[in-house]
Amino acid sequence: MAALHDVAIVGGGVVGCAIAHQLGRYRLRVVLLERHVEVGFGTSKANSGIIHGGHQASPATLKGRLEWEGNQQWGPLCDELGFGFRRVGGLTVALSDDDLPVLDHLEANAAAKGVPGVERWDRARLLAAEPNLSPDVVAAVRSATTAVVNPYEACFGLAESAAHQGVKVRTGSPVLAMATDGDAWTLTTPQGPVAARFVVNAAGVAAGRVAELAGLDRLVVHARKGEEYLLDKRLEGLVRHVVYPCPSATSKGTLVIPTYDGTIMIGPTADEVDDPDDLTTTASGAERVLAAARRLVPGISERDVIAEFAGVRAVLAGEDFLIGPTEAPGFLHAAGIQSPGLTAAPAIARLVADHLRDAGLLLEEGERPSPLPRPLRFATLTADEQEQAAAADPGHRRIVCRCELVTEGEVVEAIDRGARTLDGLKFRTRAGMGRCQGGFCTTRCMELLSRHAGLAPTEITKRGPGSWVVCEREAPT
Amino acid sequence: MIDASPRMLYERYDVVVAGAGPAGLGAAVAARQAGAERVLVVDREAEAGGILQQCIHAGFGLHHFGVELTGPEYAQRVLTEALDGGVDVLTDAFVLDIAHDRRVRLLTGEHGVATVASGATVLAMGARERTRGAVRIPGERPAGVLTAGLAQRLVNLHGLLPGRRVAILGSGDIGLIMARRLTLEGVEVVGVFELQAHPNGLSRNIVHCLHDFDIPLHLSTTVVDVHGRERVTGVTVAPVDDDLRPQAHRAWEVPCDTMLVSIGLIPENELSRQLRLRLDPVTGGPVVTSTMETSRDGVFACGNVVHIHDLVDFVSEEAALAGGHAGRFATGWQPPHDNVRLQPATNVAYCVPHTVTTERDHTVYLRVRRPLERSVLRLSTPDGRVVHERKLRYVVPAEMVNLRLRASLLEGFHGDALLVEVLPR
Amino acid sequence: MTETFTYLCIGCPLGCRLEVDEAEGDIVEVRGFSCRLGKEFAVQEHTDPRRLVTTTVGVDGARWPRLPVKTTGTVPKALVREVCRALAHVRVRAPVRLGDVVIADVLGTGVDVVATRDLPTTS
Repeated sequence: MAALHDVAIVGGGVVGCAIAHQLGRYRLRVVLLERHVEVGFGTSKANSGIIHGGHQASPATLKGRLEWEGNQQWGPLCDELGFGFRRVGGLTVALSDDDLPVLDHLEANAAAKGVPGVERWDRARLLAAEPNLSPDVVAAVRSATTAVVNPYEACFGLAESAAHQGVKVRTGSPVLAMATDGDAWTLTTPQGPVAARFVVNAAGVAAGRVAELAGLDRLVVHARKGEEYLLDKRLEGLVRHVVYPCPSATSKGTLVIPTYDGTIMIGPTADEVDDPDDLTTTASGAERVLAAARRLVPGISERDVIAEFAGVRAVLAGEDFLIGPTEAPGFLHAAGIQSPGLTAAPAIARLVADHLRDAGLLLEEGERPSPLPRPLRFATLTADEQEQAAAADPGHRRIVCRCELVTEGEVVEAIDRGARTLDGLKFRTRAGMGRCQGGFCTTRCMELLSRHAGLAPTEITKRGPGSWVVCEREAPT
Repeated sequence: MIDASPRMLYERYDVVVAGAGPAGLGAAVAARQAGAERVLVVDREAEAGGILQQCIHAGFGLHHFGVELTGPEYAQRVLTEALDGGVDVLTDAFVLDIAHDRRVRLLTGEHGVATVASGATVLAMGARERTRGAVRIPGERPAGVLTAGLAQRLVNLHGLLPGRRVAILGSGDIGLIMARRLTLEGVEVVGVFELQAHPNGLSRNIVHCLHDFDIPLHLSTTVVDVHGRERVTGVTVAPVDDDLRPQAHRAWEVPCDTMLVSIGLIPENELSRQLRLRLDPVTGGPVVTSTMETSRDGVFACGNVVHIHDLVDFVSEEAALAGGHAGRFATGWQPPHDNVRLQPATNVAYCVPHTVTTERDHTVYLRVRRPLERSVLRLSTPDGRVVHERKLRYVVPAEMVNLRLRASLLEGFHGDALLVEVLPR
Repeated sequence: MTETFTYLCIGCPLGCRLEVDEAEGDIVEVRGFSCRLGKEFAVQEHTDPRRLVTTTVGVDGARWPRLPVKTTGTVPKALVREVCRALAHVRVRAPVRLGDVVIADVLGTGVDVVATRDLPTTS
């Protein structure tokens, strides 16, 4: 009989990881089940990484209420967990007088929710602050509270902290079946059964399927794909704020985003797709993103694009979050988390904890172990700190990734923290994210995975089952 | 022998060279010959030799050594020359930065962080490959898309195959070489797809790597989509029109499990940017004088970091020039400054070096923009006076042209610029 | 019955398209060359095309698991794949010196297969 957990969280995206981190505070037996080989490897890693200002979603919606709450919790969370967070500010830009009512609406939202630092900027002030914006801009609403993080860094940080506090984090663990006897749920995973009194459905685009496995009424989750395009690093500083166009009913539009690492990203698109695992970028998507981005910042050219990727949002009819108990006892949803899902994640986690308490789960604060330090990032150290790090640890005397200045020690640390794939290493250390896109570091990373994770080269994958990287020599015929 | 590391690191060297490939090693040898006492070459790999160690094929050394060699043989020869010539070679050492006063900060496997001062510095960091991201092919991002050079490293150094059924995008030399290499390892190479109407690599490689194995070369064709969620399952290819735009309605599917990308090399100039050297946007490398000195005094450059070469033999020539002058600079000798700017004009993409002096002989390397049968290389003043002309047989962008420019040709020339053109005869 | 064979000359970037007419086993005519070398190349390629072979063999006890090797001379083009097959399972043991013979007189061609680099033993 599988050990009985208090809570099983299905889905290790930023929402699942935030819930795991929140529940890790209490004396509970919690398990987080993520189907991919790493947490965050579903939609979260394709997220634009924006912590929205809090004033954009309507206060009449759940997502609108949690947006501002979440924004306020990110700063302290990043301090606690040590991952990157930068308040760059946001600008919603009106390109014609027709857009001005939208700006009024944003200001009204801010007032209703008590979001500080939201003010109207006129054209002159706007262009003085952001000289690369289109001269067609009319006015903007600027929010001081908008920030950027690395969404996958956040997932790793939340999950590792949760694990440090006793939460079991199981990757490569899709839920294949579910059953309940009224008191407890049994979830079937490839690693065996998992038993839990409560189940939280944080499965993103797969939340509908998970609900079905739980025997619930049909939860229709629409998949809305977003393509993102990264621009050459030399364009760093093109804009300083996150620049939004005036939003539509279903989408914030194509943004120009100074990501946490400084790289400018443009996107996303918002296209309904039938296949929730459709991660293709398209020629038409590229065209639309470039056209839209150039309306905001005319200086962007197609030649500046160096990489592209896509993610799929989980969208419910009604366009709002669905968080709370269901008709199945002990089964809660945290579903339909589209934008501002990343922003709201810490608040979603607290709301889920509240719902669990209301459902009879005793939340008793446990002892807080000393915080898990974030892994060292050699590239961001000062020259003196680099010298000390290399003197103290031979692992920091050898560079694995030349483009992002990642040391062997950082890669080994990532393997110690659970990375078993090339993408796992890439998203934890940045090895392979630079100019040469892994051309020179791939074999070094493979050697380290062999040595420290005991993987034969043919067992090494890019991101889990099926994504093998090399095969053995056979005798040529 | 390959592993020779100096037992100690001095605080100051006459010449420090970044990169122990053929360019760096060649420069170091020349620096010693020019009188530099202490010469240090550093390289981030575990062994010296640069990219040659994975280029196990032949075709190197005919010009420089008078005999045809494989890459590793060429590497071993230049490394032996360096070690026998009293050069210190430090491997497993990464250049963190070079300050404007030419102090070089290193991260070394043996000594941790170390700073060495240099009388002169030579940049020889080579190049990296252009990636899929740079040409923006839409589709999914499965495992199985990699550069031809990475595939070469996997096969030749590690004995691992990148896949079993391979499509190659781009007819650059590395891709052609890998078409042959993989075929000989039992891998099926389904074809090479080249965007332009003419192949990018040496015709020798077209014959020896594609024709010999009946591997089809599809010109004016490109990859428009990559399929496969976790691993490549195929690519969609389409012919392109005269403006190089894919004609989607004529696309066809190519089942495969691997796509190699062989679409060019980019000089690796992060250190050059850090040093705020003037860069040539066409070559991607530093602007250099006829002594291979960059825009910063005492900083020289040679090899692929300056411009992408086809033959390592010319890298060695260029390296000898750079290293010799670096050595002389370090020992206090000042050469006469260049007084003539070479201006690439009709059908010339670039010239290296960017400037020359009327007081010495030079070898000028250049590439044409478009192929021409029966052409003439012409040097003329901006107002049209022809200074020198030379007939050329057939020129293609893929094969570099060498111009031996003797000081005697420029005798009596008093201008400050020369147009360099390649015109139809 | 004359049959025409075409070859791409690799002597210079001109890449002349060479044509060789053969009748009853003899070369009747060579066309398309722009220089003497081209004509010689055409005849050689037609009558006895030969290639250098470079590949790797397995090596134990060294820093790398593969040792690059080459044939000391050209072999008939038709034997290239077979030479590689013959080498496919060969393993040597470090230390290796550049020039060490890995296989002598491979497939009776009169040509040896030799190491193209040193590979010392690693502890």
